[in-house]
Amino acid sequence: MTELQLITWILLIPVIASVGILITGKYPNLREAVSIFAGIGLFSLVAQLAAITSLENPQSLVLAEPIPGLTLSLSLEPLGLLFALVASFLWPITILYAIGYMRTHQEKNQTRFYAAFAVSIAAAMGIALSENMLTLFVFYEILTLSTYPLVTHAGNEKSRKAGRVYLGLLMGTSVGFLLLAMIWTWQLTGTLDFKHGGVFSAEADPAILGVLLVLYVIGTGKAAIMPFHRWLPAAMVAPTPVSALLHAVAVVKAGVFTILKVSVYLFGIDTIAGLAVADWLAGLAGLTILLASLIAMTKDNLKTRLAYSTISQLSYIIMGAMLGVTAGIIGGGMHIAMHAFGKITLFFCAGAIMVAAHKTKVSELDGLGRRMPFTMLAFLIGSLSIVGLPPFGGTWSKWMLIQGTMDNGIWLFTMVLLISSLLNIAYLVVIPVRAFFKPENNSNAASPTAINEAPLASLLAISIAVTGCILLFFWSEPIYQLLGGIF
Amino acid sequence: MSFMDHLPILVVIIPLLTAPLCVLLNRPILAWFVSILSALISFFIAIQLVFQVNELGTISYWLGGWEPPWGIEYRIDLLAAYVLLIVTAIASLVMLFAKKSVEKEIPENRIAYFYAAFMLAFAGLLGIVATGDAFNVFVFLEISSLSSYALISMGKDRRALNASFTYLIMGTIGATFILIGIGSLYMMTGTLNMADLAARLPEVADTRTVRAGFAFLTVGVGLKLALFPLHLWLPNAYAYAPSVVTAFLAATATKVAVYLLIRIILGVFTLDFSLQLMPLDTLLVTLGLIGIISASLVAVYQGDIKRMFAYSSVAQIGYMVLGIGLATTTGLTASILHLFNHALMKGALFIALGAIAFRIGSTSIKDFSGLGKRMPWTMAAIVAGGLSLIGIPPTVGFISKWYLVLAALELELWPIALLILVGSILAVIYIWRLVEAAYFGKPNPYQYVQEAPLSMLLPLWILVIANFYFGIQTDFSIGLASSAASELSGVGR
Amino acid sequence: MIELPGIYNYLVVVFLMMAGFYVVIAQGNLIKKLVGLSLFQTSVFIFYISMGKISGGEAPIFVEGASLYSNPLPHVLILTAIVVGVATTAVGLAIVVRIHEAYGSVEEDEINAKDLVDDAITEEAPSVNSRESQ
Repeated sequence: MTELQLITWILLIPVIASVGILITGKYPNLREAVSIFAGIGLFSLVAQLAAITSLENPQSLVLAEPIPGLTLSLSLEPLGLLFALVASFLWPITILYAIGYMRTHQEKNQTRFYAAFAVSIAAAMGIALSENMLTLFVFYEILTLSTYPLVTHAGNEKSRKAGRVYLGLLMGTSVGFLLLAMIWTWQLTGTLDFKHGGVFSAEADPAILGVLLVLYVIGTGKAAIMPFHRWLPAAMVAPTPVSALLHAVAVVKAGVFTILKVSVYLFGIDTIAGLAVADWLAGLAGLTILLASLIAMTKDNLKTRLAYSTISQLSYIIMGAMLGVTAGIIGGGMHIAMHAFGKITLFFCAGAIMVAAHKTKVSELDGLGRRMPFTMLAFLIGSLSIVGLPPFGGTWSKWMLIQGTMDNGIWLFTMVLLISSLLNIAYLVVIPVRAFFKPENNSNAASPTAINEAPLASLLAISIAVTGCILLFFWSEPIYQLLGGIF
Repeated sequence: MSFMDHLPILVVIIPLLTAPLCVLLNRPILAWFVSILSALISFFIAIQLVFQVNELGTISYWLGGWEPPWGIEYRIDLLAAYVLLIVTAIASLVMLFAKKSVEKEIPENRIAYFYAAFMLAFAGLLGIVATGDAFNVFVFLEISSLSSYALISMGKDRRALNASFTYLIMGTIGATFILIGIGSLYMMTGTLNMADLAARLPEVADTRTVRAGFAFLTVGVGLKLALFPLHLWLPNAYAYAPSVVTAFLAATATKVAVYLLIRIILGVFTLDFSLQLMPLDTLLVTLGLIGIISASLVAVYQGDIKRMFAYSSVAQIGYMVLGIGLATTTGLTASILHLFNHALMKGALFIALGAIAFRIGSTSIKDFSGLGKRMPWTMAAIVAGGLSLIGIPPTVGFISKWYLVLAALELELWPIALLILVGSILAVIYIWRLVEAAYFGKPNPYQYVQEAPLSMLLPLWILVIANFYFGIQTDFSIGLASSAASELSGVGR
Repeated sequence: MIELPGIYNYLVVVFLMMAGFYVVIAQGNLIKKLVGLSLFQTSVFIFYISMGKISGGEAPIFVEGASLYSNPLPHVLILTAIVVGVATTAVGLAIVVRIHEAYGSVEEDEINAKDLVDDAITEEAPSVNSRESQ
């Protein structure tokens, strides 16, 4: 297939899959098979696209031209490729996990769940391949809307409220700020294309650029920078596979991906480096990193704790983007992949614990390591990867980010990253450690030592994610090379 | 002269003659049939007119062969052709939807009269758009208004009568204001032809009579338009009118009024006059913005969905007026685009509400509980229309918001840009109340509810698809809007 | 200097217009409102008729070769407007009759009070047999 055909199919496959899921909804096995095959097919297409595209000179697929001079178009570029690879790789794995989870949990409306999931992935692919800001915005909104039924899956009062916060914040910030910033950019420059070195002319008023940058960063609500982070903990009412893939990978990464794209291709890192406001935004990100970590420590609900951890990790990437140095961008880009694998592992484990042991609180997990040794081991590996210890993938991205803060020269940012790593240990690594070494506090379980693991499909998914964490440590070079191609 | 040359008058005359025909036939099914037929014929004529205008430029048709400015001239320029197209298209779709809805909501012995009144209202609206004569505008305005009063009063709730009477009082005052305005202009220039007025007015522009006439005209049209402080008649009229009437009036009547406003401000008076001698830009921008925010806020608290969307219409009119008030080509493009786009979204939304009223006999938010499951297609259409109203890409609403914000930013009025977007966020709130009720509420177990019949779903989904189609493929709408806008502001410069 | 008789008509017009307008706004009785509305419209008819009149002017049709004549056009126009006015009053009265049938009153405040009751009923118990679902 040619490059353009591949791009078309990458967008179409999840959509077709979602239609297929709706059609085969009455036969669960067939329905899940459709999901899995679509996932595998999608990943292989993305991989093939990566293989045949020359990143120096990508072709672009124009879908439509809704505003004269401004098209909806798709093309491949290093950051997008990375995001597309990560999201499409983790989709079939999450489906695999979801099969175990959803069936064991006996969730209702599973057809709607898988269909909306597939649409979300299509939107994520669209975001990854966007050639200009308008296209990105269109898919960004589609992603918000298609995840809404997933967040409110349970359909009860709690999920209804969560859905309100979710939609209110994501749509409010994107319509109120991001759209404004886009139209303003269009008005100033007459283009929204992602270009090397940015679209603004050298004479552009720094004050306006500063305002625009702020609008872009806070307008990207999916990046969950404080004070617009509330939707992410709220979204945790969703079934765990949703939290795992969408609220640790696709949706939130779409947010930081947007910020990376904006800073690299709309502003250009040299412009960012010259803007005083960028340092303040990096400071805001730093504040988010620390505050979210501190809040995470106080949260007893495991998924909520993970959500705050995600907020904190996302701000690493925002900070990397705002530093205005190459290492920051590369570090941020790498962190998209590294954190994705780490965090999805953790969420998978949280779901497994919920399904197998019916526990949702951190304080109840003491001693669980004996009953769910495999899950807890995976949890340990995931947390270590997020802390950034070798031999796990998280090491490299954190390394690059720290390097970025040093290049930028504000030592406070370096300190923030280091302190945050310590906090990570305090609120993440502690959990598996206590699970293994503390005695179980409620002894009403019939046979406390009997192994009671999650369903096989889920375990399989967890092991793939864990393997990913480890492999990324040894094979981080290709990612580094890929992201190096941005400049 | 061939048949084709008479299209500008035929588009008005055919529905006008259908009205007595409906009464003569006096059988519901026949009345419906001739009505939809004449709506469709008008629609095809309008398409033809758009082509003719695109190719040959403005059409000037001399009624009875009398040369303007002495005779009455029908003048179809790009904007007029465009509005004719919108009105006839919506009318055709609404007529398709009307059959079942009218059977349910109107007593059988009045159905023929209902269609007669409907056709009169339709002809009146088309006449306002097609004519180039100021007094003719007044006549057609009254034809459409009088029949609208009758149509609204046919709502089955008794509050419809009160709403209709209020509308009659305010509408008549508005129309009389317009009459006074036209009189003053005639007094100063001795002509009623709009193009001729435009040519003669600059000489006498700086007189009190002309200014007073301008003020009367603007306020009169503002009343018809439901511009913010003059909007009080609209919510109740829309809420209690029969579903068909609401769908038709919401999608067309206010649009025609906006068209009339544009005609008066830019076509008859010049931009220089409207903006420099009269502080109209400040007025329109301020009122538009207050309208957007206040009406959206009120919409959030409505218990009746029809009334909620009526308030939303007031807010949307605010957007259109705002675009005119910004007084740039981009602003005008935004208004004209929104005129088209809003007709698509409100048409879809009110038809959907009509379908719901058809099935459950109410449009109160409490009755929406669980409708997401019971009437999936109708509700999906409401959600799609709602997204368009909010302005989510790739819907038409996004395109008009884009141009409006762009127009505000071009003038460096970023607070206005921000307020426009705040309006969108308020729309999210009131749309989502509905979504939550429909998809999270439990269906009423004592009530058996079916999906709406095909004759309702068809026009509904045509409009919904149009909402997306024209949000992606905008060559037609933006092309027409921007050339109409530059044609108009060219007159002004 | 404009001599008084020249603008005298217009003063009458303004007086009638304001009187009519006031009646429309201030009267609670729907019939009286319609009377006010008619008055308001009639003032505009006079306005048009006065506009066409020129002192000393002849009717242009009867007199051959008249150089000073009244403009007939406004007079013709106002015929149309009168028809419109009559139609408006007719529709208005028809609606009032039906309001009287439905509400048993033609007083605005009483009708509005009944509307408020209706509104309250709609809010509380929306349709035939639905209950607050939860």
